[in-house]
Amino acid sequence: MEANRKNKLLIGFGVAVAVLLVKLFVIQIVDDRFKVSASNNSMVYNYTYPPRGVIYDRNGMILVGNKISYDILVTPREVGPFDTVGLAAALDTTADFLREKMAYYQKYRTRIGWRTEVLLKQIKSETYLRFAEEEFLYPGFKSQVRCIREYPFNAGGNLLGYISEVNDQDLQRHPDYRRGDYIGKTGLEAVREEDLRGEKGYHIYLRDSRNRLQHAYRDGEFDKDAVPGREIVTTIDARLQQYGQELMRGKVGSVVAIEPSSGEILAMVSSPGIDVDVLADFGKHYDKLSASRYKPLFNRTVQGFYPPGSVFKLVNGLIGLQEGTLRPEMQYPCSMGFPYGNGHKLGCHAHSSPLALRDAIATSCNGYFCYVFRNILENPKYGSTRDAFDVWRDYVLSFGFGAPLGSDFPAEKGGNIPTSGRYDKIYRKHWRFSNIISLSIGQGEITVTPLQIANLAAIVANRGYYYIPHIVRDSDHVTIDEKYRRKQYTKVDAKYFDIAVDGMYMAVNGGGSAGATALAAAIPGIEVCGKTGTAQNPHGKDNSVFICFAPRENPRIAVAAYIENAGFGATWACPIASLLVERYLTGTVLRTDVERRIKNTSLMR
Amino acid sequence: MMPGGIQHAPDRGLKHTVDWRIIVCFLLIVLFGWLNIYAAVRSAEPASIFDSRFNCGKQAIWIGAAFLVAILVLFVFNPNVWEAAAMPAYAVVCVLLVAVIFLGEATKGSHSWFSFGPVKFQPAELSKITTSLLLAAYMSRPNFKLGVPRYFWRTAAIILLPMLIIVAESETGSALVYVGFIFVLYREGLSGWYIAIIGMAILLFVLSLTTPLWVPLLLSLACAAAWYFSSRRVSRSLRMRRSALRQSLIGLAAGVALVFATDFLFHHVLKEHQRARIEVLLGLKEDPSGIGYNVKQSMIAIGSGGFFGKGYLSGTQTTYGFVPEQSTDFIFCTVGEEWGFLGSLFVIGLYGLLIWRIVEDAERARQGFTRIYGYCLASCLFMHLVINIGMTIGLVPVIGIPLPMFSYGGSSLLSFTLMIFIFVALNRQENKYF
Repeated sequence: MEANRKNKLLIGFGVAVAVLLVKLFVIQIVDDRFKVSASNNSMVYNYTYPPRGVIYDRNGMILVGNKISYDILVTPREVGPFDTVGLAAALDTTADFLREKMAYYQKYRTRIGWRTEVLLKQIKSETYLRFAEEEFLYPGFKSQVRCIREYPFNAGGNLLGYISEVNDQDLQRHPDYRRGDYIGKTGLEAVREEDLRGEKGYHIYLRDSRNRLQHAYRDGEFDKDAVPGREIVTTIDARLQQYGQELMRGKVGSVVAIEPSSGEILAMVSSPGIDVDVLADFGKHYDKLSASRYKPLFNRTVQGFYPPGSVFKLVNGLIGLQEGTLRPEMQYPCSMGFPYGNGHKLGCHAHSSPLALRDAIATSCNGYFCYVFRNILENPKYGSTRDAFDVWRDYVLSFGFGAPLGSDFPAEKGGNIPTSGRYDKIYRKHWRFSNIISLSIGQGEITVTPLQIANLAAIVANRGYYYIPHIVRDSDHVTIDEKYRRKQYTKVDAKYFDIAVDGMYMAVNGGGSAGATALAAAIPGIEVCGKTGTAQNPHGKDNSVFICFAPRENPRIAVAAYIENAGFGATWACPIASLLVERYLTGTVLRTDVERRIKNTSLMR
Repeated sequence: MMPGGIQHAPDRGLKHTVDWRIIVCFLLIVLFGWLNIYAAVRSAEPASIFDSRFNCGKQAIWIGAAFLVAILVLFVFNPNVWEAAAMPAYAVVCVLLVAVIFLGEATKGSHSWFSFGPVKFQPAELSKITTSLLLAAYMSRPNFKLGVPRYFWRTAAIILLPMLIIVAESETGSALVYVGFIFVLYREGLSGWYIAIIGMAILLFVLSLTTPLWVPLLLSLACAAAWYFSSRRVSRSLRMRRSALRQSLIGLAAGVALVFATDFLFHHVLKEHQRARIEVLLGLKEDPSGIGYNVKQSMIAIGSGGFFGKGYLSGTQTTYGFVPEQSTDFIFCTVGEEWGFLGSLFVIGLYGLLIWRIVEDAERARQGFTRIYGYCLASCLFMHLVINIGMTIGLVPVIGIPLPMFSYGGSSLLSFTLMIFIFVALNRQENKYF
C-alpha cells in the first residue's frame, strides 16, 4: 500500500476505531465486572432516603424534625397469584382493600408498566416487622423505610409548609425526582427544597429468575450513600410564634413581628391557619381546609390586601416634613372632621383642637392629616397636583409599599399604590386633592399587606430605613442573599422621624385626657410606641389595625396586628400586638386579665 | 436513449454511477437505528413501532422525510448547484447560528434550537454541511495553496467562525466535531505536525491533571530535545540548525505554558458540568452529582450484553430505563446490550465501511470540490462516531452529540442524509461525465 496521505489518514481512522472495538471487547467479553448473567436477570435498586433537613427556630429549638416511617411498595408487574388473606393479615388491612388495589393496578397496567407503586403509607412499626418476616412469600411487595416530618411545636404551620409525594406535574418540572419521592409543596419546605431534600442513595442488588434478591452487585461498588438534607435556621421565635397563634385563635387576620435591627421575622401569624399536625398528613385534610370560608391555606400576612387605615398617616406626615410643606409646630383646627366642598365632610372623633403634629399622631386626627396631604399635593414647587402626586408616590414606594418587599417568602404580594395615570382614567384627567382625600388617612385605592405595615413599624423604629424582612438566617450550611444585609433607606431623612416616634409614644403613653388612642398597648416598665388604625372595610365591619415597636430607643421588636372586622384598632389589634411585645421583651406576661380576655374571645361568626 | 436518430454515447445509468455500498450502509444504519430506538423507548407495554407518540414512531416519519431529501438531492437538484450555493448558504447559516442564541429555545442550558410548534431544528447541524461546502469551494480554487499564509488563514477562518458561534451557544460538544476538519487540511497538504501538536496538547492536558507536575514537564522537555537532535542530524547548514533550535525552544515554552495554564483552564474557563465530566472520565472524582452515574449505567448496559447480546427487546437495562437519553445520545447502549459485541462490531463496521468508501470515492474524484467535500463528510462522520461511542464506553467525556443517522432526532437525521447524498450526487456526476 502506498504511503500517501489518504492511506495514512485511513490508517489513523482505523486505529481510532480499533481502540473503540478493543474497549468494547474488554467490557463486553473480557471484564465480567460489567456482566449480569445472560438469563435476563437484572439489578434491583433499593433506594435509601436521606433524612430531610431539620428546620430550627432562632433559638435552636426544632420546628420541624424527622421520624421514621414505613411504607409498603408494590411492583404490580412482579406480583403473581398470592394469598390475599394472608397478606392482608400481615399488613393489618383487609383482603377487600388489597383486591381493590390489585384491580386498580390491573386496570392501569399500561400506565404503570414496571413502576413501583406505594400500596400503604406510614404503617406502624409492629406491622412493618410482621411483614418483614413474611415478605419472601409475596413477590412484588416490599417495604421501605423513610423519614417523615415531625413537628415538636405547634408553631408556624403556614410558614413551614408541607411536603407530599411528587405528582405528575412535579415530575415534569423536576425530572430528577422519581415517583414516590417527597417534595416541599408550600412555605419553607418549598422555598428551601434544594437545601432540605438531600440526596437519595441506593444499593444495587442482583435478582435471580425467581425474583429474589441474591447479592450486592459488585460488592456494592456502585452503591451510593444517602446524603442528609441541609438544616435550615429560621428567624422565627418558636415560643413567640406559638403565643401569637394562641392570641389569634378565633380571630381572622394577621400578626407580624420583626426585629428592626436585622429585618428578621420573629413571628408571623395568619389566622385561621394550619396546625402542624395537619401538615404531617396534609392530604387527608386538604379538602376540608380548601373548602373553609376563612381560607386557612391562604397566608394573609404576605398575600392579603388591606387598606392600611390610620397607620398610613405616619407616612404622609413624614413626607410632608421632608417636602417642607409641614412643620412640627403647625397647627390645624379640627371640629369633628375636614370639610371639602359641596358640603362634604371627612369625619373625625372628639379630641382637643387645634393640634400640632405630635398630638395629631397621638390622637390620630383625621382633619389634621387632610391638611397635611392637601399641602403635599398643592405644593407650589410642582406645576400641578398630578406632578406633586407622582413625587408623593415615589416617597411612598420608598417605604416598601406598592411592590413586594422581596422577602424570602414564596408568593409574596405587593399591595397597590395607585398611580396618577389611574386617576386620570377614573376622573378623565380632571382631578385634584378633594377627589383623592381618602388617601390622607390610608383609605381609598391604597392596599398593603400586613408584612408591609409591620415593615413600616420597623422603619419608624429604625428612624428611616429597613432591612428586607426574611425568615431564613445564615447558618453553617446555608447562606442568605446579600440583599438581606443591606439597609434600604426611605426618601425621608432620619431627623424627621423623631417627631413621629414622639407621636407614637404619646399615643400609647399620653393619657386618656389628651385623646391618646392606644392606651391599651402600654406595658409597665417598657416604652412602647404605637399607632392605631381603624380601616374601613367595604365588605363589613371595620378592620382593627395597630403597629408598634419597643423599646423606644434601640427597639428590639416591631409588630403589626391586623384583625379583620374587629372594629376599633384600640380594641383588639392593640392589646394583641402589645402582649406579643411584652412576651418577647420580658419572657412572660403580667397582664393576665388582658391575655385572658383576648384568648377567650372569638370574633368569628 | 433517444428514439432512433443518432446514437448518443450510452448514458450511464444509476447502476453504474452511484456507489451502492454507500447507499446500502446508509440504509442499514438508518433502519437498524430505528429498530434500536424502538427497543429503547419501548417500556413494558409494547406499543407499535409506528406509534407517533413515542420517539420510534416520530423517527419513522423522519426517515420518510430523509428518503425524500435523498431522492430530491439525487434526481432533482443539479449537482453543480452545491458549489455555487456554498458561500450564500454558509452566510445564511452563520446568521441563523447567531440568531438562535437570542431567539432559540433553551434546552439543558444551551440556546441552540429553533422551535416551530412540535418541530425543533438545530442550525448547528446544517452548519456542518455549509462549512464543508464552503471549505471545498474555497480550497478547490485554481491558485489555492494551503502553504500561502493568506489562504491558510482564510481557510482557518471558514472553520473557526461557525465553531466559535457554536461554543457561544454553549454547545461545546457540537463544536468539537469541527476539530475533525484538520484531517481535511492534512489531506490537502497541511503538515502532519499540526495533528501531532494537537495530540500532544491533549496528552499534556490530561497528564497535568492526573500526574505530578514533573511528568508533563519532563515529557515536554524530552520531546523538544528529540525534535532538536533529530532535525540536527538531518540538516547540514548552520541556519537550519539554528531554526531547529528555535523551534524546539518555542515548543518547549508552549508545552510548559500549557502545563501551567491547565489548572486555570480547568477551573476557570470550563463550565462546572464540563469539568465534572472530565473529572469522572479521568477518575479524579468518584461520581459527583450523578455524572458518573450515566456513564456507569451505560457501561453496565453495554457490558452486560456479552458476545451475543440479550436478544432484541430483551435488554433489562434498556427496558428499565436506567440509561438516560437512551434513544438519542446513548442509543449505542441498546446495541451493546441487546446485540452484544457482534452488534457493536456490526454497527461500527457499517460506519467504518461508509467512511472508507467515502474516502476512496473522494480520492478518485477528478474535481477538487468533490474530493475535499468528501473528506469533510468522512471527517464529520468519523468525529461523531468516535466521540459518541467513546462516551458510552467511558473513553471520551460525556459530550452530547448523536450517532449519525442512528440516534433519534429529525434535525440530525435530515442533515446527515443531505450531507451524504450531496456527496453521492457529486460522485455520480463524476462517474457520469468523465
